[in-house]
Amino acid sequence: MSEIVFEHVWKEYGDHVVLEQIDLEIEPRAFLVLVGPSGCGKTTFLRLLLGEERPTRGAILLENKPLKPEPDFDRGVVFQRYSVFPHLTAVENVMVGREFERAGFFGHLSGAKRRAAREEAEALLAEVGLAGNETKYPSAMSGGMQQRLALAQALMRKPRVLLLDEPFGALDPGIRADIHVLMKRIWNETDLTVVMVTHDLREAFALGTRIIAFERPRDLPEERERYGATLVGDTKAAAGQAPPRQGATITKDISLWPAKIAGSDTKPKAATKPS
Amino acid sequence: MRAINLRLSRTARIALALLPFVALLVAYNIGSNLRLAENPNDKLLPSFETMGEAIKAYAFEPDPRTGQYLLWSDTAASLKRLLSGLGIAALIALVFGVLIGLLPVMGATLGPFVAVMSMVPPLALLPILFIVMGLGEASKIALIVIGTSLKLIRDVALRVGDIPREQLIKAQTLGASTAQIASRVVFPQTMPRLLDALRLEIGPAWLFLIAAEAIAADSGLGYRIFLVRRYLSMDVIIPYVVWITLLAFLMDLALRLLQRKAYPWFAEARKA
Repeated sequence: MSEIVFEHVWKEYGDHVVLEQIDLEIEPRAFLVLVGPSGCGKTTFLRLLLGEERPTRGAILLENKPLKPEPDFDRGVVFQRYSVFPHLTAVENVMVGREFERAGFFGHLSGAKRRAAREEAEALLAEVGLAGNETKYPSAMSGGMQQRLALAQALMRKPRVLLLDEPFGALDPGIRADIHVLMKRIWNETDLTVVMVTHDLREAFALGTRIIAFERPRDLPEERERYGATLVGDTKAAAGQAPPRQGATITKDISLWPAKIAGSDTKPKAATKPS
Repeated sequence: MRAINLRLSRTARIALALLPFVALLVAYNIGSNLRLAENPNDKLLPSFETMGEAIKAYAFEPDPRTGQYLLWSDTAASLKRLLSGLGIAALIALVFGVLIGLLPVMGATLGPFVAVMSMVPPLALLPILFIVMGLGEASKIALIVIGTSLKLIRDVALRVGDIPREQLIKAQTLGASTAQIASRVVFPQTMPRLLDALRLEIGPAWLFLIAAEAIAADSGLGYRIFLVRRYLSMDVIIPYVVWITLLAFLMDLALRLLQRKAYPWFAEARKA
C-alpha cells in the first residue's frame, strides 16, 4: 500500500505549465527528497501536497483517500522561514497544536488540560534538544534552534506526513549537520512519511531513502512557459503516457541502497542504485 | 570624522533634545518682554507671571459661577470624550480589520467600502451628526469614532495581510479552525500594531474633539479656549494649548509603554 499517490497530476497557471503528468507512489515511512534547479516546480509539488494548491488535472491520494483540498493536521510542515509563531514562547509554540485540537472556539486551554499539554510540549522540546529554552521567544533563538522548535511544533499533532520546504537551507554547515542527526532520529522513531525539498544534494543523500529530480526537459526561452517540470527517469513516467511532455517532469528517481528502513536505525552507506 | 558617524553620549542627547524647547521659551520671553515694555496692557504675548496667575485661577480656585475647578472639569470632560471615541474606534478596527484582512469574503465585501468611506472628510459630517444625534456627548464621540476608525480598520487589515502565509498554513496543519487562527495567531500579532496605529490617530482624535467642542459644548478644553478667545485671553489659551499637547504626548507615551510591556516579543520580532 502506498501512503501518497499522485495520479497524472498537472499544475498549470493559465498558459504556464508548472508540473506535467506526475505519476508517483510514495510508500509509507519513506523519506522522499525532491531536488532540482530553482523554479523547477519542487515547491509547487509540496504546495499541492499541503493542499495549499489544487492540481489542475489528476488526483492526489493520501492513504487511498483524496487529499483534503486545504492544509490540515494529517500533514505537518516546516518552512525555511516563518514556521514558528513570533508571539509565542517556545513551549507555547509547541503547546498550541494540542490547544487547537482540544480547546473550543478560541483555542485556549486552561487548568489540568493546559498543564498536560505543557508537560507534553516540554518533553517534546527536550526531545529536539531545546530543554531550558522553554520560555524564550523565537526572536531570541538562533536559526537552528528555531528550526528545531518548528520540528517539535509540527510533531505535536503526530501528522502522518511531514513536509519540509528547504528547512535547513539557511543554516550554517555545522548546525545543519547537528539538525540532520536529529531529523534522522525523528524519522526513525516516529511513524512518519517525510517529503523534503532541498537544494543541497549532500543533504538529500544523507537523509533520503529515495531521491527525485525534477527537471524541465525543454527549456527554450520561447517555450518555457508552456513546458513545465515533470518526473523524468521515473520508471512509470518513462513508460510514456500519451500526452507529450510540457511541464516539469521527474528526471531521476533514485532509491538509496542499502535501503534505510525507518525504525531500524541503520547507518546509510554511500552506494546508490538508480531504480 | 564624517557627520554620519558622529555618535552622542546619553547626556549630550538629552541636552540636545531640550535645546529647541529652551530656545522657544527664551524667544517667547524676549518677545513678550519687548511688547510689554511698550504697552503693559498688551494681551498678545502675556508674561509667564500672568499665565501663572491664570493657571492658578483655573486649576486651583473654584469658578465663582459654577464652583468647579475649571481646568480639571474641562480636562475630565474632554478626556472622557476622547478616550471613549478612541476606545470604540480601536474595538471596531480590531473586529473589522481582522475580518477584512483574514477572510477573503469579508475583504471583497467590505474592503472597497471602507476604502471609499475613509475618504469622507469627517469634519464635513459634523453638521449631520449634530442634526441627527443632537449637541450632546454622543455626536462628539461619534465624530472621533468616524474620523479615526476607518483609517484604523484599513491599517489593521493591511497588518493582518502582512502576517506571512507560512504562519497561517502552519496553524492549519496544526488543526486550527478559522476562529482559532483569528484568536490565537492573528489577533495577538495585530494588537501591538494596532497600538502603533492608535498612536498616530491621537493627533486627529484631538483635532476632531476640539472642533466639535468649539462649535457646540458647555465644557471641555476646546470649548474653553474658544470661549476665552472672545476676551483675547492669551494667558488662558496658551497654558491650555500646552496642557493639551502634554496630554497628547502622555497618551502616546502610555501606548508605547503598554506595547512594550504587554507584547515583549514585538520589538525583537519586528527587527527580524
